[in-house]
Amino acid sequence: MSDGRADPQDGQMDAAPAASAEWPDQLFALLKSHDIRQVALVPDAGHSRLIRRCEADQAMRVISLTTEEEGIALLTGAWMGGQKGVLLMQSSGVGNCINMLSLAIIHRTPMPMLVTMRGDFGEFNPAQVPMGNATQTVLEAMGTLVKRADRPEDVVPTADATIRLAFNTFRPTATLIGQRVLGAKTFGK
Amino acid sequence: MTGSTEIEFAASGRARRRSVVNALLADRGAMLVVAGLGAPSWDITAAGDCATNLPLWGGMGSAAMIGLGLAIAQPERRVLVITGDGEMLMALGALATIAVQRPANLAIVVLDNEHYGETGMQPTHTGHGVDLAGMAAAAGFARALKPATAAEIKALRQEIHTGAGPVFAVIKIDAETLPLVLPPREGAYLQARLREAVLGPAAHLA
Repeated sequence: MSDGRADPQDGQMDAAPAASAEWPDQLFALLKSHDIRQVALVPDAGHSRLIRRCEADQAMRVISLTTEEEGIALLTGAWMGGQKGVLLMQSSGVGNCINMLSLAIIHRTPMPMLVTMRGDFGEFNPAQVPMGNATQTVLEAMGTLVKRADRPEDVVPTADATIRLAFNTFRPTATLIGQRVLGAKTFGK
Repeated sequence: MTGSTEIEFAASGRARRRSVVNALLADRGAMLVVAGLGAPSWDITAAGDCATNLPLWGGMGSAAMIGLGLAIAQPERRVLVITGDGEMLMALGALATIAVQRPANLAIVVLDNEHYGETGMQPTHTGHGVDLAGMAAAAGFARALKPATAAEIKALRQEIHTGAGPVFAVIKIDAETLPLVLPPREGAYLQARLREAVLGPAAHLA
């Protein structure tokens, strides 16, 4: 799928959704509807528009992390203090969260994660494939309920289900947004 | 709270950890306290277990970031993270993340015995000159302290309770091994009691 190459940002190694794609703005509206107050992230091109919308919102606190596992700890504190949060990351970042997910399991902390996939569908970069291929298995091994969205129209309903499942049933949950939705950058090859 | 708030010093010349924790937590009011896994969790429990304590049993490297999430969610409350040098070394990136966020109500105190106490007292990098307070200052903490005397530790207590954060402090402590004082270890209970202390009974209806 070539939609991802519509993003004009030169030199960007990851694919961003096309400007015509509606789901990033709909995802932002979804986070607002769930009263998400802390948005923890290591940036991914697939989340770039969503991140910009969150940064522009006065009621949301965007917390940029040095590594994704910081986000698991942050959201644990956020929930204990009465605020809902969400963790945005790329599939490679899931690997950085493995042990830290123990926190969400032992405390029964709602922990919704929205993961943009690499190494998944038409990947160009060999280095993305090992973690991308293992992302769902690793999350499930750490007690996370995982759903995939592989069509643009599935992203928001799946993320909605993931957020509801986290806060209604007190556990880590994840939506994996497939590379088929995001598009795979091919560096002109 | 139990015991004295006087800072005790060991034969090594370094402060005794539980006397430091007792002093920092004296008259703590509504302050929320997160303790890194291992001895800091036993220390805050020895000072008096309560609903506003979150003693960690795992998640090494999580203590400071849990404190940040709490501090952002509860800006009117003081949040104190007490952890060890090994736990803090695992989360050096968090110093950068927290310094950028600048939570005015968060303090992080590292009890630095220069060893991994729970696993056989293997040396950590801080015994080889790695300066956690210097790293925090370089990350952007305006207050990065190394209190050593009883007066300096008592001044830190005052700053934690009333000063403008974020505050980062490293206290060199004696590498003593003390009797375990274990907190509850059921994480769901620890989370629920803290949420109820902060949010009232509505915490359980969220």
